[in-house]
Amino acid sequence: MIEPNASVLSARGLSKEYGKGAALVRAVDDVRLDVARGESVAIVGPSGCGKSTLLYLVGGLERPTGGTVQLAGEKLEQMPEARLARLRRHALGFVFQAFHLVDELTALENVELPALLAGASPGKARRRATELLEQVGLEDRAEHLPSTLSGGQRQRVAIARALANEPAVVLADEPTGNLDSAATTEVLRLFEQLHAGGQTLIVVTHDERIAATADRLITMRDGAFVDETQLTGGTARSITEIAGLEG
Amino acid sequence: MPEAASLPNEEPLGGYQLRVVREVLLALLARESSHGYQLRARLALALGPLASALNDGQVYVTLGRLEKAGLLSSRRVGQTDRPDRKEYELTPAGREQVEEWMRDTSWRKSAPAEFHLKLVAAAAAGLADPVGIVDQQRRELLIALGQAQRAALAEPDGSVAALLLEGVVLRLQADLRWLEACARYWNSMEER
Repeated sequence: MIEPNASVLSARGLSKEYGKGAALVRAVDDVRLDVARGESVAIVGPSGCGKSTLLYLVGGLERPTGGTVQLAGEKLEQMPEARLARLRRHALGFVFQAFHLVDELTALENVELPALLAGASPGKARRRATELLEQVGLEDRAEHLPSTLSGGQRQRVAIARALANEPAVVLADEPTGNLDSAATTEVLRLFEQLHAGGQTLIVVTHDERIAATADRLITMRDGAFVDETQLTGGTARSITEIAGLEG
Repeated sequence: MPEAASLPNEEPLGGYQLRVVREVLLALLARESSHGYQLRARLALALGPLASALNDGQVYVTLGRLEKAGLLSSRRVGQTDRPDRKEYELTPAGREQVEEWMRDTSWRKSAPAEFHLKLVAAAAAGLADPVGIVDQQRRELLIALGQAQRAALAEPDGSVAALLLEGVVLRLQADLRWLEACARYWNSMEER
């Protein structure tokens, strides 16, 4: 059993090295991370700082060269590949910059795919997918192929797909990297809605707006955390002061 | 800001002072006469969530001052079920002020020059670490951006106040990008 406020994801001494000797690169260097249930965490930093690699390590998409990851109560490091794949499917939802939708499948079929792969009955998978498309405001696009959708709509389908198996954590890698400002707003709105619903969310991003709306912001440099800032829950300035109307 | 700014603007009441309240009230009266309550309602609609802290008496006090300054004139209009209300009208002098405001392109100064000098001075005097100052400022702006962004998301479709909040968001984004450039520069100085 997991306590309600326990970390849903923990990493200790997490490292990923590439190359050897003089060519050794520490992409992720001795990272300690705890993410609480329902928390939203944004990770920022210059290109090549290791933030995406960190996301892949905690998501079990890559194996670390050192350290441990505990996800939804399970230790990832010694888990055989098949079990790891199953855990990824059930406990995690992934959102990528390039959407990674299956082009030959409709929006609805894309969203129901993870539930089918996880062994849900076709009826149950369809019901869940329909519900999720409604949640992301695309019920009227259910029968559309990805190529007929806008970038913002494609990413919303991808987010719906990430939620198919009610994951403990949603991991997003530059979810608005390919989107314009208006489509970014669509994704922001959706993330806010998920966060309000208690979804745990870890987002790697370059976008200040995505970063600023997280509960906690982690800044990485050279594979390590150089700053951690709690953005919500403190004493806030008034919106009128922020807008320059007073103060 | 045009010369109307020379009028006194201290308020004994709570809430914030809108710097351009005189200009806005004059402009809102440029097409037709109106009364205080209606003017305040139009201002509140334009400001959306930013209007909640607006000083309640400011509109009425300012209208009185504008009248004294000869920029507005007023007449009493009888109402059957309520006390008389004051209907305000723009005078030719007032209209001139409105036209001047419309032509005015002054833009309220933003932080870069002052902040930049603070960093240079901090580094030169060895007072504080410029990178630390940048980080602290960045945290402040990120929290502010989060609040402004959430307020913008909470506005309904087609809200005019959402447009104002978008401006606040974009400005904070630009400031944060510049702070990133500051961090890069002062980090590289430290590494030398």
